[in-house]
Amino acid sequence: MKGAGVRAEQSVDLVVLGAGPAGVGAATAASSAGARVVVVDENAQAGGQVYRAPPGTYGIDAPDTPEAREGARQRAALGESGVTHAAGHRAWSISRDLAVDAIGPHGLVRWTPRTLIVAAGTTERVIPFPGWTLPGVIGLAAATVLLKSQGVLPGRSTVVAGCGPLLAAVAVGILKAGGRVEAVVDLAGARDWLAGVPDMLSRPDLLRQGAGWLAALAKARVPLYRRHAVVAARSHGEGLAIAIRPVDAAGAPLPSGAERIVSADCLAIGHGLVPSTEVTRLLGARHGYLPERGGWIAETDGDFRTSVPGLFVAGDAAGISGAVPALHKGRIAGFAAAHDLGLIDGARFDALAAADRRALARAERFGRAAARLMSPRPALAATMTPDTVVCRCEDVTRAEIDAAMADGADSLNQLKAWTRCGMGPCQGRTCGEAAAMLLAAHVGGRDRARFWTGRAPLRPVPLADIVGDFDYDDIPIPKAAPL
Amino acid sequence: MGSTAALFLARGGMSTALIDRGPLCREASGVNAGTLTLHMTRAALIPYAIRGWEMWQAAEDWLGRGVAARAVEGLSLAFTEAEEDLLVQRARVRQAEGAPIELVDPVRAREIEPGLNPAVRRAAWCRIDGFASAYLTGRAYRHALVDAGADVREGATVKGIDRTGRGFTVRMEGGETLAARRVVLAGGVWLERMLGWLGVHIPVKCLVNQLVVTERIEPVMRTVLSIANGLLSLKQFDNGTVLIGGGWQGIGDPDMGGREAIPENLVGNIRLACHVIPALRATRMARVWLGLEAETADALPLLGDVPGVPGAYVIGSVHSGYTSGPWMGRLLAQHILGAAPEMGLFDPARLLDQTPAGQETGEAIPL
Ligand SMILES: Cc1cc2nc3c(=O)[nH]c(=O)nc-3n(C[C@H](O)[C@H](O)[C@H](O)COP(=O)(O)OP(=O)(O)OC[C@H]3O[C@@H](n4cnc5c(N)ncnc54)[C@H](O)[C@@H]3O)c2cc1C
Repeated sequence: MKGAGVRAEQSVDLVVLGAGPAGVGAATAASSAGARVVVVDENAQAGGQVYRAPPGTYGIDAPDTPEAREGARQRAALGESGVTHAAGHRAWSISRDLAVDAIGPHGLVRWTPRTLIVAAGTTERVIPFPGWTLPGVIGLAAATVLLKSQGVLPGRSTVVAGCGPLLAAVAVGILKAGGRVEAVVDLAGARDWLAGVPDMLSRPDLLRQGAGWLAALAKARVPLYRRHAVVAARSHGEGLAIAIRPVDAAGAPLPSGAERIVSADCLAIGHGLVPSTEVTRLLGARHGYLPERGGWIAETDGDFRTSVPGLFVAGDAAGISGAVPALHKGRIAGFAAAHDLGLIDGARFDALAAADRRALARAERFGRAAARLMSPRPALAATMTPDTVVCRCEDVTRAEIDAAMADGADSLNQLKAWTRCGMGPCQGRTCGEAAAMLLAAHVGGRDRARFWTGRAPLRPVPLADIVGDFDYDDIPIPKAAPL
Repeated sequence: MGSTAALFLARGGMSTALIDRGPLCREASGVNAGTLTLHMTRAALIPYAIRGWEMWQAAEDWLGRGVAARAVEGLSLAFTEAEEDLLVQRARVRQAEGAPIELVDPVRAREIEPGLNPAVRRAAWCRIDGFASAYLTGRAYRHALVDAGADVREGATVKGIDRTGRGFTVRMEGGETLAARRVVLAGGVWLERMLGWLGVHIPVKCLVNQLVVTERIEPVMRTVLSIANGLLSLKQFDNGTVLIGGGWQGIGDPDMGGREAIPENLVGNIRLACHVIPALRATRMARVWLGLEAETADALPLLGDVPGVPGAYVIGSVHSGYTSGPWMGRLLAQHILGAAPEMGLFDPARLLDQTPAGQETGEAIPL
């Protein structure tokens, strides 16, 4: 960007933020209905978390799995569509008039669409425990990235812990790649899983896959600790000593339960997925707390319109239910956007969306059952001992958070101001759930605790990229302050 | 400012309630840039700002806990001939009001602040400058107010104030009321509305200031930096983050609050910062936020009696009001407690708007 305020501007009807299944679905659907669409994603290739393509520089091919084939199919569909794919573009500011400012390989870009579909997916919830910031402790989602797109084992030996379907996926992925799994530590008990079976029967293929995973773990004699939580990790020689304890359904350690130590050089742990709300909070959309769909989340109608005119949210960002539902949610949102843009009428919209609606209803039963396994367990807060670091960007401990609440901080924003929790480069993406959980217990519920005000930038951006090359005279300096 | 007035009134023996619709000090007083400076403040307010600066530096003594206030030197910079003229003019009037400001050449300026862009032409150097972490303000005041026996009511929105025979009835959202002999209006950019409850019309303009903070980086500067026209304020906190401000405008108003930043204005503000300290280019922007600042027609404070309403007082619209806020609050408390204030107040009657109510509003000015 040379000169003052010069930006590459492109005229589009719709910006889709995120090129995972929901974003690809939304973009291709809207484009097929006649919209001029750009899909913006910081990654080099489409696919999102689940269909992540191996980076070209690694020289490895994606393994030939159903997942990899679906990813390749979606990338091809996007490539053949009329959609502009702004890969390697990081959106840093979005205004209420829906203007999207991004930084790409050639500097600052701005799009000014009439509609915006947020398909930003999820972040992983990790509820802190002593030792969670040690090297060797990583998220379950991070483990899947290492395994899937980079062909790298997270450790020579790994403990896989937390909740939800990622547990089995990561454990089996490690075994397949030739690694060792020392234990799987699942917050859920057999009963929690069984409760999901009726809904999971809607996808016998996935249920079979799950059963296959369990069989693979049994065959490899991987110990499976159900209704257990990791309560601490310590450095031990070159690896980790991981303490686990039995817990109740809410995640509270049982007073009678004995602690057990498992050694490994990696702990992959995640406590579920949380819909990404940075953009919807930034734009002031109405949110609510729906634990069974992932937690704090933008409210939408059946076609994924939020309370902000022109703003849609699709995929897991509209409620956790997995990759297949995400594609259908995206397509419905894409057609709805085309409808609201005046490109198709109501009847045409209904006709176009009908197949996706049916497919979504089927696929969501399974997805929601899986999401229930990942819903927050408030009593898990017990693993945050007073000196556990809750915000690792700013080194804020639970004791400091408790002290601020005792001093009168009764909103997340005030808690942030008084402790710096959530003020670091991650802007609360990592610690937000944990801080909210603590405050919720103090003020009587997550609805009351609300959430941090959304703030730009959506991701930390280098100042060098923002300022570009400029002359002092190019800076449009406003009139001087009064004498 | 309401918090300081309430604190000194409570300590002065008056039974005091502090009512805020949000948590304490979460508007201008908790989100501002925390510059404790004489360079940016209006010349007429220099003596007040010096006393305010002293109060912040000694906050542990009178407030009980601090706001991480630091005393460092400040430089106001000129990069063009026009800015040089402005710099000299601004320095002169401030010197006359007692600010210890000296004009220095580029070599000296770079001795004081080695990270400075060598293109600087001249600088005004002030030994009294510094910064605080404004986000700690509410915590410090809350402690002090509770200790002083004040009745702190957060999350209580006032809907109106009625005059009664013996004083006032304060009406809150939800129907609760509070009877009081005296009221102090300290509503920041909402002061125009509050004065309206008492039938007094004084326009108060609302500025929507943008601020940018970076991630933590190694030390790249040690002083507080600004430019001659006042449109940059720059400092690095002890934790390594750098705060970039200067009053570039975003979108908002008293009704919706600070709504959103204007990206062009972020770019302009950040360019100015990177021009001044080139090493800043290597860092990343972590967060942007907005705060609402009040300004009267003459850009001088509302501090004193509400005209024509005995028992009602007003405090606010103070330029660089974080710096002098504690001192202003203390002066008003002295006045209300019946002592002669140590410095002159700013009589609001000078600003009375003669046009009939309802015809004029204090509109937000876009940039
Ligand atoms: C972004 C920004 C940067 C700044 N930077 C600096 C700086 O670096 N240095 C400096 O010296 N000054 C700075 N200032 C100026 C300084 O912050 C202000 O002058 C000062 O904080 C104003 O204090 P106040 O008490 O008048 O207003 P506020 O702090 O805004 O307090 C007004 C209070 O009134 C409450 N209220 C409003 N309506 C109602 C109602 N109906 N019922 C109950 N309560 C109500 C609000 O909730 C609020 O808490 C800056 C200002 C801004 C906005």
